[in-house]
Amino acid sequence: MKVKVLFFASLREQLGTAGEEIELPAGVATVAALRGHLARRGGPWEGALAEKKNVRAAVNQDMAKPGAPIRAGDEIAFFPPVTGG
Amino acid sequence: MKISVQREDFDLSLETRNLSKSEGVGAVASFVGIVRDVRMTLEHYPGMTENALRKIAEDAAARWKVMDCTVIHRHGELAPHDQIVLVAVASAHRADAFAACEFIMDYLKTQAPFWKKEHRADGAAWVEAKASDDAAAGRWEPPARKAS
Repeated sequence: MKVKVLFFASLREQLGTAGEEIELPAGVATVAALRGHLARRGGPWEGALAEKKNVRAAVNQDMAKPGAPIRAGDEIAFFPPVTGG
Repeated sequence: MKISVQREDFDLSLETRNLSKSEGVGAVASFVGIVRDVRMTLEHYPGMTENALRKIAEDAAARWKVMDCTVIHRHGELAPHDQIVLVAVASAHRADAFAACEFIMDYLKTQAPFWKKEHRADGAAWVEAKASDDAAAGRWEPPARKAS
């Protein structure tokens, strides 16, 4: 299935991209699985998305936990903890 | 309810005057956040940021008697002494207005997708999230949800 992935702030800079459309292999069906899938690209991906890194996620513009399901056409965003206000 | 994420500055007295027009209003409590001492760039997530601010304001309105409220958050380049954020809440009495205003600010700090990058003499760096902000939002738990 195809999904849209977005990256913000320090994550966007580390990865050198604001996002992409990506075709996911079967079995990548949660936020955590997608994060692992991207981290396995190695290089900056592994460093920025490693499990020990404090990375938050949103699915279709709502904060999402690692176990949240993802479906075809979803917009999934990864970003560091927020610092507004 | 007015929610705005904008580059432009805002006018506190204009915003509070607009809120004081609500029927039966007896109090408007407001908070303005100011850039302390360093130039910064504020990034956000267009669409999600507005939705998150609206959800926080609606949660506040479900917990306290809120007649109207305004949340304005700026993005882009900001300099020391610039205004960053405004939260203003209109209610019949001060207790609801104060509490709702503080609640909205506390949740905005931990739930609204904004990121600050500071530009100092020795380079630029993203601001790290503070544990004290999570603690401030945590004291309001459990968050109330409007019965649907």
